[in-house]
Amino acid sequence: MTDITLNPPGSGSHAGKRPLLNSGFNFLRFKKITEVGIKSIYSHGLRSLLTVLGIVIGVAAVIAMLAVSEGASFEAQQQFRDLGASNILLKSVKPAEVEESSRSGFGPPQAIVYGLTVADITAIRNSIPGISNVISSRIVKKNVWNGGLNMNTDVVGTSVDYPVSRNYNLRAGRFFSESEMRDHANVVVLSDEVAQGLFPIDNPLGKSIRIDSDYYNVIGIMESEGFSNLGQNQAGSSNSASSRIFIPFTSSKSRFGETTTRQTAGGVESETVELHEAIIQVDNQDGVIEVGEIIDSILERRHKDIDYAIEVPLALLRQAEESALRDQVVAGAIAGISLLVGGIGIMNIMLASVTERTREIGIRRALGAKRRDIIMQFLIEAVILSGVGGLIGVVLGIAIPFIISAFWGMTTIVTPLAPILAFSISALIGVIFGIYPSIRAADMDPVEALRHE
Amino acid sequence: MLETNASTSTNSDPALIAGREVVASLNAIRKTYFMGALAVEVLHGISLDFYQGDYISIMGPSGCGKSTLMNILGCLDQPTEGKYFLGDEDTSKMEDDELSTIRGARLGFIFQSYNLIQQLNVLENIEMPLFYQGYSEADSHEIAMGLAARVGLQDRVDHKPFELSGGQQQRVAIARALAVDPLIILADEPTGNLDSKSGAEILNLFDELHDQGKTLIMVTHSDELAERSQRWVRLRDGMVESDDRHNA
Repeated sequence: MTDITLNPPGSGSHAGKRPLLNSGFNFLRFKKITEVGIKSIYSHGLRSLLTVLGIVIGVAAVIAMLAVSEGASFEAQQQFRDLGASNILLKSVKPAEVEESSRSGFGPPQAIVYGLTVADITAIRNSIPGISNVISSRIVKKNVWNGGLNMNTDVVGTSVDYPVSRNYNLRAGRFFSESEMRDHANVVVLSDEVAQGLFPIDNPLGKSIRIDSDYYNVIGIMESEGFSNLGQNQAGSSNSASSRIFIPFTSSKSRFGETTTRQTAGGVESETVELHEAIIQVDNQDGVIEVGEIIDSILERRHKDIDYAIEVPLALLRQAEESALRDQVVAGAIAGISLLVGGIGIMNIMLASVTERTREIGIRRALGAKRRDIIMQFLIEAVILSGVGGLIGVVLGIAIPFIISAFWGMTTIVTPLAPILAFSISALIGVIFGIYPSIRAADMDPVEALRHE
Repeated sequence: MLETNASTSTNSDPALIAGREVVASLNAIRKTYFMGALAVEVLHGISLDFYQGDYISIMGPSGCGKSTLMNILGCLDQPTEGKYFLGDEDTSKMEDDELSTIRGARLGFIFQSYNLIQQLNVLENIEMPLFYQGYSEADSHEIAMGLAARVGLQDRVDHKPFELSGGQQQRVAIARALAVDPLIILADEPTGNLDSKSGAEILNLFDELHDQGKTLIMVTHSDELAERSQRWVRLRDGMVESDDRHNA
């Protein structure tokens, strides 16, 4: 009648098998509970995924934003370092009012006189101790010729220390010497770009180029990489820094004079500028910001109009560092908010899960589960949820900066601390927001729980 | 048949209980539920002794207190007054953790609606009480495999409950109840959700457990079911109305 047969007593018995532990923490228990947790999360795949989305986005956002801001600040710092941490840059700037009046004015063109003068530099040198060197430059826009090829360049008349002061390197040849400076020699150092433009095939070293009616001997080629746009001459220069060529200061003064004339849409415009640019090198880097302030006040006294600009790379560097810190605080706040939202999502879903599984809780309690077993089960489940979310977030957070770098060429830096921190916080969120639902599950009356439909 | 036996045998018949241990003892159990200011006493002083190897049916109309009594016997609920000894332990003053432990170690539950955990397969369901008792994985596996075979489900150990028929699910529940080799097996309307054939199979299984000397306490409405057991306890309005024995 029945297809069920029972083995005689004792045959399938478990006599002699004793519980290992009746209470307390035990790895087997932990492993089993974890397995059950994973199963339960897996059985609600989509719901679980949507639940952890908050955590995923939060963690990914933190890592990606930190990587971008870290990269940006690294880049900015690199640029400022190229300008020289112990340098102060001065530039001549055409004052706004003068520009207006010259455009609307009638009569013969009158040269506008503005900008830094040799006297300014002397005054600065005399009143501030600790200035080790000043490299003054004149920058004139000229067409440069090699036979039939020509390029529009900024011809920089400067002193022998120029490459050292700006951390520029020579690719080939040499920079001009003191004696060439003294002799107003017709020698020129080309930037990479100009060298390639004028001498596409042959080696420019030893060849000549023509500016106006004078020929200049090419003695060196400068690397363009170090040229930064910061500190570029702002007075009428529209060329990029890399199309600069360098001649001795003395040669520039004697060949081109101090007044330059330009053909413009409205007529002829001429301006007289003694110095376009000056790099002031300070002995001690610590004092560079103060020296910058003093120079500013000296120039303010000596100039009626604001026809100059002062840049202290170190001060800019400090600002960049401050703004990087601010970025990180903002990133942290955004991350905090999204992790909080993620945590609330987890709490919500855990509460739903507890209600849904009331019956299961009752069964487990009837079969010998203690309160803390139930707490553990739901807590581990919450931590697995948030941990998985955190892990997905870490992967995305590391991938996103790569994509940003690949498509927009931005420098991004993922520091190892960011993913570790973000993941730890996400696991912690699981614990914090899992506690309340877990305690609620454990506090259920087993009788009520078993009766639950 | 029940009536005739009621007149000839009693709970304390020395011939039937001679030499047998008392496995559970209810001593003047009262249970009062408080609903706000209203106190409702559901059990009005119940005293019963259950002996090793007893096969008992607890019967009575709905509202007589049999569920409450079953919850107390199952250590899921505690009496308001009176003492309940399970083995030689007084459970009436136990803390929640101790109650959990004694439920897991000393009792086996069989429910009307099987109460298997849906996400776990047959084997994992049978292993569950062992897990909470801290058995090693190897031991639990061996015990559960043996029990699955005992209830004829050795080929279904990987199945999830929803892949099984009602009768098969109840057999899993029986295997689970046997896992810790409990002092008492408590069954609440074990055939209530089953067709007559599956129900009969379950009852045959109970008979065999009884033959092997297990102590079974079954709550049921059905006289037909109760006839399979050897002792009937009838409750009415929270009191024991009758307590009869017969040789099944």
